[in-house]
Amino acid sequence: MDSLKFDLAEIPLRTVNTFLHQEAPGQGVRKVLITNPDGAHNIAVGLDFPVEIEIVGHAGYYAGGMNKQASITVTGSAGTGVAENMMSGRVHVKGFASNGAGASAHGGLLVIEGDAGLRCGISLKGGDIVVGGSVGSFSAFMAQAGRMVICGDAGDALGDSLYEAVLYVKGSIKSLGADARIEPMAEADLATVKALLAAAGPAFDQYAPQDFKRVASARSLYHWNADANQEY
Amino acid sequence: MCGIVGLLVKTPALKARLGELMVPMLIGMTERGPDSAGLAVFTEPLATDERKISLYSGLTEEGADFNWLGLGHELKAHLGIEARMAVQGNHAVLTIGIAPEPVKRWIKEHHPRLHILSTGRAIDLYKDIGTPTEVAERYDFKHLTGTHLVGHTRMATESAVTPDRAHPFTAGEDFCLVHNGSLSNPYGVRRMLEPRGIKFETDNDTEAACRFLEWRLREGDDLETALQKGFAELDGFYTFLMGTTDKLALIRDPFACKPAVVAENDEYVAIASEFRSLAHLPDIKNAKVFEPAPEEMYVWTA
Repeated sequence: MDSLKFDLAEIPLRTVNTFLHQEAPGQGVRKVLITNPDGAHNIAVGLDFPVEIEIVGHAGYYAGGMNKQASITVTGSAGTGVAENMMSGRVHVKGFASNGAGASAHGGLLVIEGDAGLRCGISLKGGDIVVGGSVGSFSAFMAQAGRMVICGDAGDALGDSLYEAVLYVKGSIKSLGADARIEPMAEADLATVKALLAAAGPAFDQYAPQDFKRVASARSLYHWNADANQEY
Repeated sequence: MCGIVGLLVKTPALKARLGELMVPMLIGMTERGPDSAGLAVFTEPLATDERKISLYSGLTEEGADFNWLGLGHELKAHLGIEARMAVQGNHAVLTIGIAPEPVKRWIKEHHPRLHILSTGRAIDLYKDIGTPTEVAERYDFKHLTGTHLVGHTRMATESAVTPDRAHPFTAGEDFCLVHNGSLSNPYGVRRMLEPRGIKFETDNDTEAACRFLEWRLREGDDLETALQKGFAELDGFYTFLMGTTDKLALIRDPFACKPAVVAENDEYVAIASEFRSLAHLPDIKNAKVFEPAPEEMYVWTA
């Protein structure tokens, strides 16, 4: 039994998630197909074993949240908080993703082929995110570690109060957030973008690393400036 | 929280099935809004000199036993009008052949606890407390027909759970609004509107947005201009879905704090807070599904 199919029109999601948590790792399940997700929340959350999951259709909130090791593909769109707090593995959304995609992900790779909503990669803590379309406002807010590659445009306040995460943007940036600045692309940056585009899959072959801008923290908010005008 | 649903259909076959398609949409948003539900349905408009008035008797002492027939007799005796009436328990749609203001004034004076839900040539409005399933059954939503509708499931945050504080809210004629979110300046908006003679019926924040936008429309703004002014004046979290005689309009606040998803094809435009309320719609797998952007106006014409 290395390949399984669950139809969420027939079987409750809780049964599927419980099986994926408790029984599947011991049974050597390697491939799981989930059909008729119909926007259900929490599909394939909290997995912790190497398995390929394909969700055929539109997923609701928090799909693939807290993922460890698993490789989860959503063929449609994903709701709020896809791959939120991912630790490792991969979550791949073929359509668009709503707000807070990849929020606070510690590791792993989140690929979104369409657009991502607002606050994509907020508080990123070491995960990587590659977005084929554009990202909404306040993306990478307070992102601490990890990389984001944005092949479309970025909305307002990109990278506000950024720590050590680095963002690469191909399109226009509506505005940078406080302390975020555009920096020159070094050789290492080109290699990073190339590797992340390659990891994201064939849909990203069309992009060239030299077309991206690097956005990183100016680090001026790292230390309290007692001399600054403190009127807020 | 709260859930929003909207449906605009483009074919005669679907117009006949409007209610049937919408009921699962409304019930799909139960987790987002279990305490009250409501909807406004827009039908082919009446003749220019006729008006429909939706009335709710749930706040009267008689409740669902309200003497609607008696109301019809009273209207004839006092105002000399023949009112047609479609009654469903605590709800009735009154159709009259004169200007609505004297009739509404008379109702408010003689039946102060009878709640006037809506007025117009196209709009019928239903709202009550209870789960979406209960409310849908109470008013037989599945048999509604029309061109478009706006629905809401409520999880109250800003005011009490009562039928008059459920959504949709209306102001003026053939205009309604549902809201997911919470406004931070409803009293400021109210203080600006009240000196202009605009009266409020509840302490609900959504009513302020509804009356603000209807005021702008009445002042001559087109829907797009009114919504643009809404972005400037209304502060807080919101996804608003509005209905007019021939349009559905959707806006989201600049922070996109509250969700919305749209599915569109040649036969319908469907809007919901979440995709799970759209999943049952015909041929949804081939519909164009997208998330409306914050601070953009989306307007669909029936």
